Amino acid sequence: MYDYKWPYPLEYDKEEIINADVLVLGGGIAGCMAAIAAARAGQKVVLVEKGATKRSGAGGSGCDHWESAATNPCSKVTPEELTQAMLHDNEGFNNGISHYIECREGYDRLLDIEKMGGKIRDTEDEFVGAEFRDDETKLMFAYDYENRFTLRIWGTTFKPAMYKELKRLGVNIVNRVMVTSLLTEGGAQGARCVGATGIHTRTGKFYIFNAKASIICMSRPSRVWLFSAELPGLCEFRPPQCVGDGHAMGWRAGAEFTMMEKSVRAEFSAAGRSYPPYGAGNNHNTWYAASIIDSRGKEIPYADRDGNILTDVKDRFRPARGQKFFMKGGSIDYPKYEIEGPETLPFSKMIEQGYKLPFYADLTALPEEERRVIWGMMVGQEGKTNVPIYKNYTKEGFDPSKHVLQCYGTGWTSASFLPQERQLFGLPGGFFNDWTLSTNIQGLYVAGDALYASNCYGHAATTGYYAGRHAAKYAIVNDLIQWDTQQVEKEKARVYAPLKNEPHNSIGWKELNMAIAKTMQNYCGEVKYDDLLKIGLARLKEYEEKIIPQTFAYNPHELVRLLEVSNILTVSQIIMEASLARKISVDALCFKRGDAIEDDSSKDKLIVIRQQENEVIKREVPVDFFGDLKENYEKYNQDYIRGDRS
Amino acid sequence: MMEMPAANPIIFDKGKCIGCNRCMEICQVDIFLPNPEKGKPPIVAYPGECWYCGCCVMECPVEGAIELRHPLMNRVHWVEKKLLLEQANK
Repeated sequence: MYDYKWPYPLEYDKEEIINADVLVLGGGIAGCMAAIAAARAGQKVVLVEKGATKRSGAGGSGCDHWESAATNPCSKVTPEELTQAMLHDNEGFNNGISHYIECREGYDRLLDIEKMGGKIRDTEDEFVGAEFRDDETKLMFAYDYENRFTLRIWGTTFKPAMYKELKRLGVNIVNRVMVTSLLTEGGAQGARCVGATGIHTRTGKFYIFNAKASIICMSRPSRVWLFSAELPGLCEFRPPQCVGDGHAMGWRAGAEFTMMEKSVRAEFSAAGRSYPPYGAGNNHNTWYAASIIDSRGKEIPYADRDGNILTDVKDRFRPARGQKFFMKGGSIDYPKYEIEGPETLPFSKMIEQGYKLPFYADLTALPEEERRVIWGMMVGQEGKTNVPIYKNYTKEGFDPSKHVLQCYGTGWTSASFLPQERQLFGLPGGFFNDWTLSTNIQGLYVAGDALYASNCYGHAATTGYYAGRHAAKYAIVNDLIQWDTQQVEKEKARVYAPLKNEPHNSIGWKELNMAIAKTMQNYCGEVKYDDLLKIGLARLKEYEEKIIPQTFAYNPHELVRLLEVSNILTVSQIIMEASLARKISVDALCFKRGDAIEDDSSKDKLIVIRQQENEVIKREVPVDFFGDLKENYEKYNQDYIRGDRS
Repeated sequence: MMEMPAANPIIFDKGKCIGCNRCMEICQVDIFLPNPEKGKPPIVAYPGECWYCGCCVMECPVEGAIELRHPLMNRVHWVEKKLLLEQANK
């Protein structure tokens, strides 16, 4: 409780109208790159961001490695091979289009970001001669040192570099504005997108954005099952204000979604009870391939996919005998044999053999350059590691050549979660897209985490740029259409309604978020049943109809938090609807049914859903609907391949 | 009446902070409010919403003016490997 007066002017009654050729919604990695592409194509671009674009989004503070840059000069794999491996690894339940873009254009974007001022190579020669470094290009690689398609990068430099480029290109950056809804032609659901509305997070001012083309570059949903009212900032892996606003407004506007029934048990994440990401003992991702020891100092052996014990540290970075390449990173949780890389022996086996808990990550015995690249570069450049982990631990005396870092939970994870504590992680659901990254709504494009089966930094940057190019092409040949006044007035009434209630008998955003999370854990937990899902959906609808009108916010900041929770409520309904639509268990979607039917005709199909006049419309699409990757990519991107202006 | 929060994520060194508000302007979650007294550190109005990215510290022009502190439950443990080995051999 504070007795300060709200320090910003309150402008709930004011309105600002901003026009654009291309409107970019969200200023994270995807949004920045989308705006850059559209501006380079000669378009007047407006970028709207809820926070501060220079460091906003999941990747704002940094990133330590860029996956699947298959066209870099040292890579021994092709974009086709990598994308096919990603598709195969998930039984086809993956976004072939967006991941092909990631594999095909990743290195182009890295060079681009380097020109903007980002650091992508070891220009200071800190790691000369290291096995993971190519001394000619000074590029540095992670995981598979033979095939060299994942690059180690100095990602703390990336967002500020993009920000500078946006300003250089004259993009109109509108910070501290939450986008609240999409505007459609005539106000009709499913009609062409003509812009969006927003609300200022400090003053409460209302914004109308009118554009020829719009691009959703907002986050994947979060805080659906996981919520802590005391520490909402630690609920999820991604920033707390990134809750899937885009999904919610897209659903209301009639956009199609797929894979929304997929959720995973909370895992390598900040979700309240886990330890800081990359800040506890482990040997994955940023920390690959740290040694793991037990509490007597005995090392847990690494083995290849065939179970052969790897005695040399160097073997942790090589494919197994007869294996072309292996994959690790963001979306590879349970790799198939074909791409399975080196891994420490299973936890349960170690306990059987008398290894003693707790385990620790041990960098002390690694070759010097491996230790230095994990502690100092990877931990240091990865998001949320520079200050809270690298600088703070160092200040408190952590010395990677002497100390070992404790692992928590069971084994080398950083926490243990309950089965019903779920999140959208590991290629979650999202907007359904075509080869231009357009949605089913004309003039509405989508990139980054808003896409279905999204994963990491490179995916966000490449799809952002790609969507920016294609949205620009649309904007060039289409006129600006005026928004529908009624639609705007209705939205205005919705966003300001909570201000009219009284605090003493109302419900705040935290109370509502807790109720949604509990409802989701109860009715849409690990195992799904039609009967429970239907009751759960009814509860959510009750919240929407009866509870939302009883909510209250003290100021614009709280109002934005409340509108976010309204979006979480919408997203929860999408998840329930998608779960109801999927009648059988599908392992690749981590989707378990307790009441599966015998008809498995949908096992290789994406279920695509959308809303139309309060009805949910479903259709099934083969998982490989996108056809031949190379052929279709080239069909839609001849101008880019030729090197035209954008 | 006041209440202690579940976490104190941001600790300003009042002697070092120059009150430039750059931390406040870079914070994507917007947990700070400007101090009514000019030149003083911003107010951490929403400490629970901090997601511990450290961008405020990265943006701060004065070394040591801001400390980012994870809640107590998130402090991890490390030990000298030599001590583990000594204990094991006892």
